[in-house]
Amino acid sequence: MTVPRGKIVAIMGGSGGGKTTILRLIGGQLKPNSGQVLVAGESVPDLEREALYALRRRFGMLFQFGALFTDMSVFENIAFPMREHTELNEELIRDLVLMKLHAVGLRGAAAMMPTELSGGMARRVALARAIALDPMLVMYDEPFAGLDPISLGIIGQLIRRLNDALGTTSVVVTHDVYESLKIVDYMYFVSEGRIIASGTPESVRASTDPFVRQFVDGAPDGPVRFHYPAPPFRTQLLADVS
Amino acid sequence: MSAELATGVFSWLRRLGATVTGAIGKLGYATRFMIAVLLLTHHAFRRLHLTLREIYFAGVLSLVIILMSGLFVGMVLSLQGYEVLNRYGAGEQLGIMVALSLVRELGPVVAGLLFASRAGSAITAEIGLMKTTEQLAAMEMMAVDPVARVVAPRFWGGVISMPLLAALFSAMGIFGAYIVGVRLIGIDAGAFWGQMQAGVSFWPDVTNGIVKSLVFGFAVSLISVFEGYDAKPTAEGVSSATTRTVVISSLAILALDFVMTAFMFRGVGV
Repeated sequence: MTVPRGKIVAIMGGSGGGKTTILRLIGGQLKPNSGQVLVAGESVPDLEREALYALRRRFGMLFQFGALFTDMSVFENIAFPMREHTELNEELIRDLVLMKLHAVGLRGAAAMMPTELSGGMARRVALARAIALDPMLVMYDEPFAGLDPISLGIIGQLIRRLNDALGTTSVVVTHDVYESLKIVDYMYFVSEGRIIASGTPESVRASTDPFVRQFVDGAPDGPVRFHYPAPPFRTQLLADVS
Repeated sequence: MSAELATGVFSWLRRLGATVTGAIGKLGYATRFMIAVLLLTHHAFRRLHLTLREIYFAGVLSLVIILMSGLFVGMVLSLQGYEVLNRYGAGEQLGIMVALSLVRELGPVVAGLLFASRAGSAITAEIGLMKTTEQLAAMEMMAVDPVARVVAPRFWGGVISMPLLAALFSAMGIFGAYIVGVRLIGIDAGAFWGQMQAGVSFWPDVTNGIVKSLVFGFAVSLISVFEGYDAKPTAEGVSSATTRTVVISSLAILALDFVMTAFMFRGVGV
């Protein structure tokens, strides 16, 4: 699996298929049992703590439910990475935070606390925080999960626009085919820890691969079974209760 | 039958073994965690505002319960103590009895127990919920060490707050004893304060109390931050971690108190 610089790549698959694990491998929170993870030429699992933290400073990550710091205001949340990693003065930090918030359309919400935000707004604030230090790579963990159609469209457009405007690279882990088809450059389908299929959005739409078709069409049964593995129904029904 | 018995015994032994190795493993993890927190101490003091904020939450906000409890404990101690002392015609000694009990034992121990249930549980719940909502993971991905940014200030905030709270508890207790002993029962105020002044020495009585409260503060704070950091990231996990904090802290306080008292009074009775 390769993610070219400046592109948006989606990693698709069912729940529990190992999608989020890929993000954790890229971020160095997990070490692989085998294989390699290279980011900008550096092997992530072999990095020392200092070097790993230096690399992470160039990452941005959007967590599924935002993971905003609940004891800080929206403004402070976005200022957090700047305060931790830079020596910028208060005026510059204020200007930068307002710019980031403006980019996600929430400049007016700077003084609010995370608990006052709707799900979609929280996701956008988290996105502003993820791009606070103009990262080279932004990782999105299920950015579309649990959003209304309007917020869904906003987040999708933001991912595309911010990627192109900031010249970053994006990895989007998601199970939302329609939203991803609209914005990404390339997609990988993973299941049970393996890449099953991959291609550009056009080739995915035209694909005849049964797994891709089941995913795109949303069919309940197919290569991904409806039933969780179980002994034959007949034997189970006829077995003694004890 | 004997085969069944053997299987039962074996599975019991396996469970026992798993419990023991699990407990040892957790103790080892807790020790490594403690070393990590201590090594990151400079973060808590270089950015003092973070630690001051925690002193406010753990210390200042515990003041009401600490001061009220101290007052009532002192008042009860005074009533009970006077009743016994008076049988031997030693009612005037109430001041010294109350002051020694509070400064040596009740101040650190009761304040420690209250601190564990008021502040320790709050620290565990806060860190546990930050873990559950991925705030700690988010921090890590932003290249900020959560042990330095979240854990160390809370730990040192607790360690600093605890001796101060214990001292205030004792002071309030002595004031409560004064109200009951002098104002209500009618012991001579001069005798009450005079006996206290003559009978309680700074070294070793007061210093022993300070040492105890420092050790309790260290233990309770460490248990609180560790249980929060180690909590299972679910609602149930956070709730059981909070319970564990209160239970383990209370037992640790009482056990440590016995050990320390035994050392501090090792000349007594020999």
